[in-house]
Amino acid sequence: MAIKAEHEIHTRRKGLNVGVGLMLGGFVLLIMVLTFTKITSSDFQIPVSAAKGVGAQIGTEAAD
Amino acid sequence: MTDATNTQSFEAEPQLGDYYALMKPRVMQLVVFTAVVGMLAAPVGVNPVVAFASILFLAIGAGASGALNMWWDADIDAVMKRTKGRPIPAGKVTAQSAMYLGVALSGLSVMMLALSANLLAGAMLAFTIFFYVVPYSMWLKRSTPQNIVIGGAAGAFPPVIGWIIATGEIAVLEPWLMFALIFMWTPPHFWALALFMRNDYDDAEVPMLTVTHGRRATRNHILGYTVLLVILAVGTAFTAIGGWIYLATALVLNALFLKGAYDIWQRDEDMSEADNFAIERKFFRLSLWYLFAHFGAILLEAALKPIGFGGW
Repeated sequence: MAIKAEHEIHTRRKGLNVGVGLMLGGFVLLIMVLTFTKITSSDFQIPVSAAKGVGAQIGTEAAD
Repeated sequence: MTDATNTQSFEAEPQLGDYYALMKPRVMQLVVFTAVVGMLAAPVGVNPVVAFASILFLAIGAGASGALNMWWDADIDAVMKRTKGRPIPAGKVTAQSAMYLGVALSGLSVMMLALSANLLAGAMLAFTIFFYVVPYSMWLKRSTPQNIVIGGAAGAFPPVIGWIIATGEIAVLEPWLMFALIFMWTPPHFWALALFMRNDYDDAEVPMLTVTHGRRATRNHILGYTVLLVILAVGTAFTAIGGWIYLATALVLNALFLKGAYDIWQRDEDMSEADNFAIERKFFRLSLWYLFAHFGAILLEAALKPIGFGGW
């Protein structure tokens, strides 16, 4: 026979798990919004060392 | 295993609220408030999303240091009336869990603050957590009656970090004035508490000034530090973060605070015992309003500046 009765411990653990889940979801959302805010700000620049050719292409286009 | 032990272990399962309580929510509120004031008092605007995220990560860092403090101080928290209901002595969370939580959140908050604001803000938060946990909690708290004076510095860093979030700069006077305000306020605030919670610190063998140098010396120290605090608090009115509103607030509150410290200084133990430390308790409550009002006035000055009212 399968055990179906839900003990209080399950309810308590569910509360903790839901809470942690919501916090992790909120954290992911915050990182997304923060990233979007930073890369769309006017003073955002890709560092030359990390550009991997992106800056060079732009420079070439500008020269053209 | 009996039903009774089962029930006991289930009830001891920590809830989210127990972990939150480990992070000292009331201290976090003070950290958030003073950091927001530090950030908004700075002459540079901050994007609202960056500001929100940065203050959140700073609050998490403060909470992490609170959890590490509770891990380290679990033995003395269990002895003191004021702290024995905290999650570890109450048996809701193990000391090891508190340590893991504290370490994990410290790393996360420092890294995220460095990314959301700037490296200097992250480094300053790392230093603040380190200062609160290692020199204060692990070393000074149990070894010197000046514990509160030096440990108070950890609580004084948030407005400086708030300023750094906005400007990325540290070598300016204004954030350090806000630092000094909290730093000088902490000793009279805690020593007033120690006067009417004496037995707690005695029992826990924490070398508070009341235990090591006696209550007369503590009353003298409260007055001495209050005089220095008054000079600093009123003087701040004439700097870039001050103005008429701050000056008026500072004059009223510092007069009341000085009067309170003088009254404490004039009393002896018999007088205090007779009214159950009424004056000391009143001074302690006033100290909470004192700090809130000073930072509230700085915030108001900063908020009114764009419409031409704040500042001088």
